[in-house]
Amino acid sequence: MATVQLWSSLTRFTDGARAVEVPGATVAEALDNLVKAHPGLDPILRGGVSVVIDGEMIPNRHAEIAPDAELFLMQRLKGG
Amino acid sequence: MAKDGLTEFRLIGTRPDRPDGLDKVTGRARYGADFALPGMLFGAVVRSPHAHARIVRIDTSRALALEGVKAVVTRADLPDGLEGEDWDLQENTLAGDRALYDGHAVAAVAATSRLLAEEAARLIEVDYEVLPHVIDVDDAIRPDAPVIRQGAADASVPEGMPPNVVRYMEFGHGDIEAGFAEADIVRERSYRTEAAHQGYIEPHACVGQLGADGAGEMWVCTQGQWYIRRMCAAVLGLETAQLRVTPSEIGGGFGGKTTIFMEPLSLALSRKAGGRPVKIVMSRAEVLRATGPTASASMDVRIGMKKDGTITAARAEFRMQGGAFPGAPVDMALYCAFAPYKLPAVQHIGYDVLANRPKCAAYRAPGSPMGAFAVESLLDEMCRELGIDPVEMRLTNAVREGDRASYGPTFGSIGLVEVLEAAKGHPNMAAPLGPNQGRGIASGYWFNHSGETSVSMAISEDGTAQVSVGTPDIGGSRASIALMVAERLGIPYEDVRVNVVETGALGVNEPTHGSRATFASGKAAVVAAEQAIAEMCRRAAAEWGIDAEAVEWVDGAAQPAGPNAGRFPPMTIAEIAGKMGQTGGPISGHHEGLPEGVGASFGAHVVDVEVDPETGRVTILRYVVVQDAGRAIHPAYVEGQYQGGAVQGIGWALNEEYVYDDRGRLANPAFLDYRVPVASDLPMIDTVIVEVPNPGHPYGVRGVGETGITPPLPAIANAIEDAVGVRLTHLPMSPSKVLAALKGRG
Amino acid sequence: MSKVHVTTTVNGDAVEFLADPRETLLDCLRDHVGLTGTKEGCGTGDCGACSVEMEGVLVCSCLVLGVEANGKRVDTIEGMSDGHDLHPLQRKFIEHAALQCGFCTPGFLVAAKALLARSPDPTEEEVRYWLAGNLCRCTGYDKIVRAVMDAAAEMRQEAA
Repeated sequence: MATVQLWSSLTRFTDGARAVEVPGATVAEALDNLVKAHPGLDPILRGGVSVVIDGEMIPNRHAEIAPDAELFLMQRLKGG
Repeated sequence: MAKDGLTEFRLIGTRPDRPDGLDKVTGRARYGADFALPGMLFGAVVRSPHAHARIVRIDTSRALALEGVKAVVTRADLPDGLEGEDWDLQENTLAGDRALYDGHAVAAVAATSRLLAEEAARLIEVDYEVLPHVIDVDDAIRPDAPVIRQGAADASVPEGMPPNVVRYMEFGHGDIEAGFAEADIVRERSYRTEAAHQGYIEPHACVGQLGADGAGEMWVCTQGQWYIRRMCAAVLGLETAQLRVTPSEIGGGFGGKTTIFMEPLSLALSRKAGGRPVKIVMSRAEVLRATGPTASASMDVRIGMKKDGTITAARAEFRMQGGAFPGAPVDMALYCAFAPYKLPAVQHIGYDVLANRPKCAAYRAPGSPMGAFAVESLLDEMCRELGIDPVEMRLTNAVREGDRASYGPTFGSIGLVEVLEAAKGHPNMAAPLGPNQGRGIASGYWFNHSGETSVSMAISEDGTAQVSVGTPDIGGSRASIALMVAERLGIPYEDVRVNVVETGALGVNEPTHGSRATFASGKAAVVAAEQAIAEMCRRAAAEWGIDAEAVEWVDGAAQPAGPNAGRFPPMTIAEIAGKMGQTGGPISGHHEGLPEGVGASFGAHVVDVEVDPETGRVTILRYVVVQDAGRAIHPAYVEGQYQGGAVQGIGWALNEEYVYDDRGRLANPAFLDYRVPVASDLPMIDTVIVEVPNPGHPYGVRGVGETGITPPLPAIANAIEDAVGVRLTHLPMSPSKVLAALKGRG
Repeated sequence: MSKVHVTTTVNGDAVEFLADPRETLLDCLRDHVGLTGTKEGCGTGDCGACSVEMEGVLVCSCLVLGVEANGKRVDTIEGMSDGHDLHPLQRKFIEHAALQCGFCTPGFLVAAKALLARSPDPTEEEVRYWLAGNLCRCTGYDKIVRAVMDAAAEMRQEAA
């Protein structure tokens, strides 16, 4: 099970949970399962988020993740 | 300063002339406004003189009656039904039923000369019903503020928030109240920064051509030709691949040229003018009024500290307006604000607020300078109160590899401690200070970015190499990419030509933004070079009749890998290339993807100032930028990024601001009044390139473009307090503000 | 508005064009003479990107009308090198990495050349004040000032 760490204002969509455990072998599977568990997150995720694993932003939805990976959701990052 | 002192490079770290240098010192380089086509028309844009107004009627008849006027475009000419960011882009391109800020485009006209187009624009009559407006972020967030747009808030905004709040975020970790309880002192302050403009010297310019068949071309100064293509196609309802966008040389961008402004108008005008190309060049006033400055910010910070300087807890609440559309970089400001510090407990709250101002664009490390101004200022004040050295406090709390960042994830390889140690040891730290002189230090952070990247390279018949990249060269990236490819191929730097190519030549590339060009295009170019090397080894092996695995690439030539492979003299790249037509055809390499392994960059700046007690003017006496480059491929252009970033930060700190009159009109849309630093304002800007190589890049590159704008804002505020004992919390720290503070001191 | 026939000398070449009396010298150089090396950054004389010399005097060509060039000698960035031989300032700008985007560079070079013609051995302060009318947003001026000082030193050596 991967752990998805949410920013705290999203907890109103997850019954207060800041970290949600979800099954998934890739970023996409983990995020899809997250939305299945907490459908209120769907518009946020569709609006675009950055996923950070082990300190690095992973833009590839099909990137494989370790079974115990910790996924941080962040607002979509961009630069100048 | 390289951490691994073992690696030796032939070219990496040298300072050859940049390949585009000759064109740029002779006036030959072609920028956005330098391009012309046969039959070309000139466009001009009609802009709202009101901060907020209903557009009652647009009468274009007098303009169209003028001889030589070929087309007029209003919002009615653009397709309906766009949503989300595409709608925002279209609404910003041409106002719909309301003008949302002073300078908002309302109509555009094309004519046979620039003067005629400007005359025609004056003949377009627009009736407005002026509406109440709001400019300041703290006014805009009030529940009774004029509403910019109903329904603009996204799902992140809880019920009951004021109407102009369009994004809301809250994040952090640890027990914040316990952290504050543990502190010896807890201090809280509010800070404000004003909107600043990127101030690139080249105004936006483009030539667009669009036929009735929906196929079009554009020549434009941009940081990202694929972004221009996608955004123009979306706003105009075109098929993306039918539009071909060629980037000109670009006269500065700093984030401001990562999006569209008048570009779709040239295409829309062209389509209405029978497909004749239309050139639009913005005036400086248009650039300042109607492109994308950065946000203004109002920020509250609370920090708990022990007597030994350990930070026990921190809290930030930032409110930012980024104009009449969502997108103020409040998220990134919060992510960066406490990034240099290892915090047991931290809480961040952010509001993205609409106001009647132009739609903000990215500006060098978007958000980071504002957050740093607030946090680094308060930390300095607390160090002063506790009698702690500000560098030691930063070392005490510095994040290291494996630490949890203030914004959540753990850090990979980072060089903050090395940066702070280098700053501590810099001779400027020991320079004597006279009366009214003071020293300030501050840290800064930027993530750096990778993103969609596609690069091709090909070996020419004589063994030279061409590289096609999609990231426009703003600050010398052709030179750094050529150095890396030449290093890998084992050929002279001069034998590599790097071309920035149009959208038809490669897959999608993100712009030159996020400090990514040398990292991402460079990394992809090295992979492409390695593919070409593998192919050249195969060709040599076939000539020799041995296994390709038995051939290695050394110093620009294939050679047998050891005595067992056979005894053949090395076959040079020129020999292999000269025969490639008979040995299997062209030799090339291509790599595309989302390069992984981005390395973040920390910096620390030390500034000495003198404050004139009579006038309040702040003079920069000495300045040093210390920043982790990972590895400096072309150190002169790394220094250039450090110096340029620092000086933009100095301008933001001391002079630059958007000033609005009481009717919400920009009062200073000219360089005379929007005062960027000039040569006589400044000393030399010293630089120290710290090199903690990024393990995610073949040559250790981190990306250096953005961090440097962040520390100057607080570093100068800290130096002013050191000099004259007053704390400025509202940028810019202009003479009048400094003088008022000095008088308030009594 | 009826156009005015202007006869002038640009970089030593005789040049004629028809100017709308409202057009600036900058517009005429770029649009009628085809010399686009001179840049427009502001159009109000604040940024110096349009610096040229008219009759040996450094001017912002955005503040001069095209018709004023009639009968005058105008020198632009395109005339700065002698064939393939770059002016020392041009070489030093490349060597010192004194340009990033390069857009302000023609104006800086023309202005710096005018400085060195009147003051072959300028102090750093003199260089900074002379060039205060030229805006550069990329470099922070450090490398530009160094390049100008270095070019001045080389030109003094050559003259000696």
